[in-house]
Amino acid sequence: MRRRAALAGLAVVPVAVLLVFFVVPVSGMVERGFRTDGHWDPVGVLDVLGRDYVRRAIWFTVWTSASATAISVALGLPAAYALYRLTFPGGRLLRAALLVPFVLPTVVVGVAFRELLRAGGPLGFLGLDGTPGAILAGMVFFNVAVVIRAVGAAWESLDRRPAEAAAALGAPPFRVFRTVTWPALRPAVISSASVVFLFCASAFGIVLTLGGLRYSSVETQIYLLTTDLLDLQGASALSIVQLLAVTVLLVLAARLRRVADPTAARSVARPRRPLVSDAPALAVTALLVVLVALPLATLLVGSLRVDGGWSLADYHRLASPGADDLLVVPVLQSLWISLRTALGAMALSLTLGLSISLVVTRRMGTRGERRVLAVLDGLFMLPLGVSAVTLGFGLLVTLDRAPFDFRSAPWLVAVAQALVALPLVVRTLAPVLLGIDDRQRQAAASLGAGPLRRALVVDVPVMARPLLAAAGFAFATSLGEFGATSFLARPESPTLPVVIYRLLGRPGADNYGTALAASVVLAAVTALVVLLVDRLRVPSLGAF
Amino acid sequence: MRLRALFTLLLAIPLLAACGSSSPSADHTLVLVTHDSWALPKKLIAQFEQESGLTLEVVANGDAGQLTNKLVLTAGDPLGDVSFGVDNTFLGRATSAGVYDGSPTAVDHSEVCVDYDKAWFAAHHLAPPTSLADLTEPRYKDLMVTEGASTSSPGMAFLLATIAYADRVKGLDYSWQTYWKALLANGLQVDDSWDQAFDVDFTQGGGHGDRPIVVSYDSDPAYAIEHGRSLIGVVPDTCFGEIEYAGVLAGAANPKGAREFVHWLLSPAVQRALPGSMYVYPVVKGTPLPGSWAKFAVQPAHVLTVPSAEIDENRDEWLQQWTSITQ
Repeated sequence: MRRRAALAGLAVVPVAVLLVFFVVPVSGMVERGFRTDGHWDPVGVLDVLGRDYVRRAIWFTVWTSASATAISVALGLPAAYALYRLTFPGGRLLRAALLVPFVLPTVVVGVAFRELLRAGGPLGFLGLDGTPGAILAGMVFFNVAVVIRAVGAAWESLDRRPAEAAAALGAPPFRVFRTVTWPALRPAVISSASVVFLFCASAFGIVLTLGGLRYSSVETQIYLLTTDLLDLQGASALSIVQLLAVTVLLVLAARLRRVADPTAARSVARPRRPLVSDAPALAVTALLVVLVALPLATLLVGSLRVDGGWSLADYHRLASPGADDLLVVPVLQSLWISLRTALGAMALSLTLGLSISLVVTRRMGTRGERRVLAVLDGLFMLPLGVSAVTLGFGLLVTLDRAPFDFRSAPWLVAVAQALVALPLVVRTLAPVLLGIDDRQRQAAASLGAGPLRRALVVDVPVMARPLLAAAGFAFATSLGEFGATSFLARPESPTLPVVIYRLLGRPGADNYGTALAASVVLAAVTALVVLLVDRLRVPSLGAF
Repeated sequence: MRLRALFTLLLAIPLLAACGSSSPSADHTLVLVTHDSWALPKKLIAQFEQESGLTLEVVANGDAGQLTNKLVLTAGDPLGDVSFGVDNTFLGRATSAGVYDGSPTAVDHSEVCVDYDKAWFAAHHLAPPTSLADLTEPRYKDLMVTEGASTSSPGMAFLLATIAYADRVKGLDYSWQTYWKALLANGLQVDDSWDQAFDVDFTQGGGHGDRPIVVSYDSDPAYAIEHGRSLIGVVPDTCFGEIEYAGVLAGAANPKGAREFVHWLLSPAVQRALPGSMYVYPVVKGTPLPGSWAKFAVQPAHVLTVPSAEIDENRDEWLQQWTSITQ
């Protein structure tokens, strides 16, 4: 009884935050769509679903997101192995660099991708510009890091001995992977794949920019219906489709994730030097690095070219508020604002995420209790699958009454960013927490350790690295978040992605160059922060 | 149990901090609701605050369309006192939803036009186009890029320009749909946003693209100067006039301050600052323009336009037809 009360206590704050800042706004928007001239009109919403373009949008969303997820997993698994189980010069740097795309604003990546792919561009011969192929490439570019980091964090601390024992008993490498390694990694793989799918399905800029307006997904339709046509009925119908689809996906993922015995033997395996047999994994990693590096290199080169020569002029402009008072603050100051907001969002999403993970991974006696936990687990994934416009407008129309008049509160940005990062944190921490054998905690308790000490000696040593991985994710997500931020940020404190967006939307070579330089700085700062987070050593790790 | 207490404390801190911040009294604060292109020199704003005794708080995000929809969704319980930035393509929607207290005031204007790269046409010994009709000529095949009407406000303005052109200029036997089919058959590229069209695909943009004709603004020539000459030209009779409005919001907490603010937007100092800060023309006649604008920006003699009420009524249908033609 006391344990259950403790768990409920842990869950109450995250649930309250989710209710106020997500459930209420989104349902408020959906509810408006169900009313025509004040009457309750569910038939009108259903009619929208029968329209031809809606069905096409749903199908397009499903097949592109599924393919992009499959490609991300296929490329991400070997890369996670190479980057987290092997050691080679520059490996750590690559790990940090691969997370960079994740933070870059879509506008910037859109420009970089299209400069590469358009007819006459360096990769124009591929004929990808404006095709679904370009959309898939963009989705993989943005999201492959999710697979690499989540799976890598689980793989890194996996005990190497069972696999070695299997090999010693004569199992060929593939069989070792299938029977020993895969079962231990499966929860992390399914977790990250479901997150990637949700990111792809809610991608907005990539579909429009790289597809040249020819393709429409559920998300782009919601955007158009809400921001341009103010057809709330249509937007509601599609939001409900989104919510249903996300729920089905989450149930499916939870099924697939489940393994007979989630506990895995964990130790910190020392990475080893690559062998000849690692060549395929290294080759895939190299391919991935090229895919990620090409658009980034386009940005870097663009930021250094001024009037046909090489120059640092674009970087000098970062310290000034821009020509003609276009920007309220200098670019460098907005970087500072971004970092501060991201730190706040990271702290919030880590505390919320950790308490949710602790709750949902507890082993519960009855079926009913387990079901409650499963629902709770899924609930926190929903923000990923719901359109940022729906949430943004919803916040405005629902949070307008005391004591919840938060519509123009400056901290709303950090809360919104934390909500976006939260699913990533939970999906990184939960599989690892599940892998801890409860008997270890029981053993510690029987030796007289209190709850805090139990957490310190049993959970923390295993959780340290995944926590760092989650922190890196949360930080990077917040730093690059644009959809919700552009809705909520105040002009006197714009984040860096918002400033880059404004610069790109203005004529003149100076504005364009400054935007590219600012993007390079954003990329570099992200890589640096992730590198530092990765480098943090937790002393207790050495004890094992 | 101690662990739980620790967590509860950690989680409660941000929420407590949040609840502690209350809003200052309405008399001395003026909240402006605007779009994310809002910008004026800091000095001017400080001057306004000093003279009026008000503190200006700015809520700015999204484009003109998102701003309008926000105002419509919060009509009667507004996000602030005064709004700037709803343009004539959205004005009908805002006024019919009762967003404003009284009628809104025009503050600035800008024209969305078909621009061309003078250097490219000179280098290729080709005469630049001189009308909308020219753009469907085979000699300009695969040379033009525009923004989508569904995703970009200059894109919408260009669609409206073609509608006004087809309806008013050419008469009943010619429809904008026919014109667009001819444009597409002539290799028109449709991008999602202004920055894609201008920065990536336009030959004079930052990315040095391969299309020398682009839908953009009449002030662009002032931003491509080389050896004292502009490299960008404007095709005559292709311009759609956009006007931005400011107005006191219905239900404002500080209507007096809001009226003062609208008045201030029309003052000589602000009108003079508009081109440099927001890339738009002042609405008050006789306001001096910055040097490069006075010299190079091309203000068209004729501007195509469609009444706000007609846009509001047909927007949905026009966009649906446009989408089915361009896809």
